[in-house]
Amino acid sequence: MSLKKISKDQPEKFEFNQQSLEAAKKILSNYPKGKEKSAVMALLYIAQRQNNNWIPLSAIKYIAKFLNMPYINVYEVASFYSMYNLSPVGNFHVQICTTTPCMIRGAYKIVDVCKKKISEKENVVSENGNCSWTEVECLGACINAPMMQINNDYYEDLDIKQSEKIIDDVLMGKKPKPGSYRGRINSEPENNRKTLLDIKNA
Amino acid sequence: MLKDEDRIFKNLYNDLGADLNSSKKRGDWTNTKELCEKGRDWIIDEVKKSELRGRGGAGFPTGLKWSFAPKEVGSRPHYLVINADESEPGTCKDRDILRFEPHKLLEGCLIAAYTVNSHKCYIYLRGEYYNEGVRLQKAIDEAYRDNLIGKNASGTGWDLDVYIHYGAGAYICGEETAMLESIEGNKGQPRLKPPFPALVGLYGCPTIVNNVETVSVVPTILRKGSKWFASLGKPKNTGTKIFCISGNVNKPCNVEEEMGIPLKDLIDTHAGGVVGGWENLQAVIPGGSSMPLLNKEISEKITMDFDSLVENKSGLGTAGIVVINKDQDIIKCFARIARFYKHESCGQCTPCREGSGWMWRILERMAKGEASREEVEMLFDVTKQIEGHTICAFGEGSAWPVQGLLRNFKKEIIKRNNFDPLIKSNKDIPYLVDQHLLEKDNAQNKS
Repeated sequence: MSLKKISKDQPEKFEFNQQSLEAAKKILSNYPKGKEKSAVMALLYIAQRQNNNWIPLSAIKYIAKFLNMPYINVYEVASFYSMYNLSPVGNFHVQICTTTPCMIRGAYKIVDVCKKKISEKENVVSENGNCSWTEVECLGACINAPMMQINNDYYEDLDIKQSEKIIDDVLMGKKPKPGSYRGRINSEPENNRKTLLDIKNA
Repeated sequence: MLKDEDRIFKNLYNDLGADLNSSKKRGDWTNTKELCEKGRDWIIDEVKKSELRGRGGAGFPTGLKWSFAPKEVGSRPHYLVINADESEPGTCKDRDILRFEPHKLLEGCLIAAYTVNSHKCYIYLRGEYYNEGVRLQKAIDEAYRDNLIGKNASGTGWDLDVYIHYGAGAYICGEETAMLESIEGNKGQPRLKPPFPALVGLYGCPTIVNNVETVSVVPTILRKGSKWFASLGKPKNTGTKIFCISGNVNKPCNVEEEMGIPLKDLIDTHAGGVVGGWENLQAVIPGGSSMPLLNKEISEKITMDFDSLVENKSGLGTAGIVVINKDQDIIKCFARIARFYKHESCGQCTPCREGSGWMWRILERMAKGEASREEVEMLFDVTKQIEGHTICAFGEGSAWPVQGLLRNFKKEIIKRNNFDPLIKSNKDIPYLVDQHLLEKDNAQNKS
């Protein structure tokens, strides 16, 4: 259960644009008739994507009408799950995993980098409005620790220097190359592979 | 070490490509039709004989689970739900299956759906795995195009539709009933069991929920035979398993190995040893953060399978091994795990919602050396108040790691936290007193 602050500046109106509407209709067809409610999570994602990576209350109302659900049920879902942003975030939203496996490999050093470069506090948009950061729980890439997620991409095997460079890039509005920053291939043991060797050489 | 030909996930490191043609070369989708034609009973029997146990953490026999689904489809349709909400700290095995072996998963979905009479399969993918979802969707599209799934899937005469449902960052949705709630469009709060999902599940219909890895190994088991699978590992703990070794090791990695492999082998051979040498080892979490830790003596001898870990008061869980060496502050590590559980508690049952916060706050103070001697006992008491008093297994999952810490590192905690308790004279105050009684002013008035 995550604690969330709802933005004080709320736009008056929200409506799906054509592209979102098509995506929403496609999602609805995934679920049996009469169970349209199931699409609420996907629709919140669509709204979030359309509205600059955050969900205003008017979008919650719109989705409630769209799915014929009570407003409070949609609100409940939007505030329960941690990936829905209910207040504005930067164009590049940096999420740093600090759960134990990442922590013992130095995740808090990356948090310090973000504090220094982006903003002193979590969830505060940087001065140029481009970037925000937050600490999150396990992102499921523990063997590539420490790591962070920027929008949809994972940046793995980081150290202080590399994360400084990544943050500098996103502050300038450039998207850095995702993946491992130690040149390792996916999740194999670096230079220590004992299995599936024939395939590797083939 | 397991021989390469016995490995199921040949593309674990993406040497060969994850697309349909490469997968077919590795043997996926080759004789799915013949396997299905042998009949549902044969499939269930074969999976039972292979003694495959669920890879999601609880280790429930898969064949048995499938046999719980009603044999005939009644008025309600059946559903198959694949649990790809991998959020357990220390675990990242499903991510590699979704990225690099999606066709093993999809073929497994078809066989499982055919066996449990389901025409619809939902893959519940955690929201953070967006790129993995894109890859999986690509694989699904490929499979539809070749008519491997869809109408008359693979020529079996069975219709199957596969959909991805994205989660949105809630650990609790990895619990099967919370996952069903989430697919139905509600908050992810677990349901009471019974009724079990096999009879009343998604939309009130019979539903089978399986982990990604469990389903992905089934086609290979059927192809190579249950005898082959059962010959690997130990009795009742058969087959192979992907182990994720993270933390303070030199070469953290995912590796597929036989069940029952010694933990020391796994760390030394595959993960390049503990940082600072084996002597520098402090503790190992053997199966994702919710399993109690193992101390160095046990880690030396333990084999990695369900039963021998249970004998040592821990569990295999998801086989996400987190190695902690002596450079780390063990209390701080577990305070962070407690914070994880505090953050992820769904808030439905009071013992878990409140208790997980208690444990976190006490452990944070213990890490700083601000707790009193008696709070060690109090912390243990709190864990006991949570364990077994909640709807789902989250209560156990949050209490066990703390209990493991207290069992193995009590001396260190007491050494660091040697204050006298604030309330000295009044001994009959129970542990779970109101917070205000512990405040200094009140305490002085009492004494």
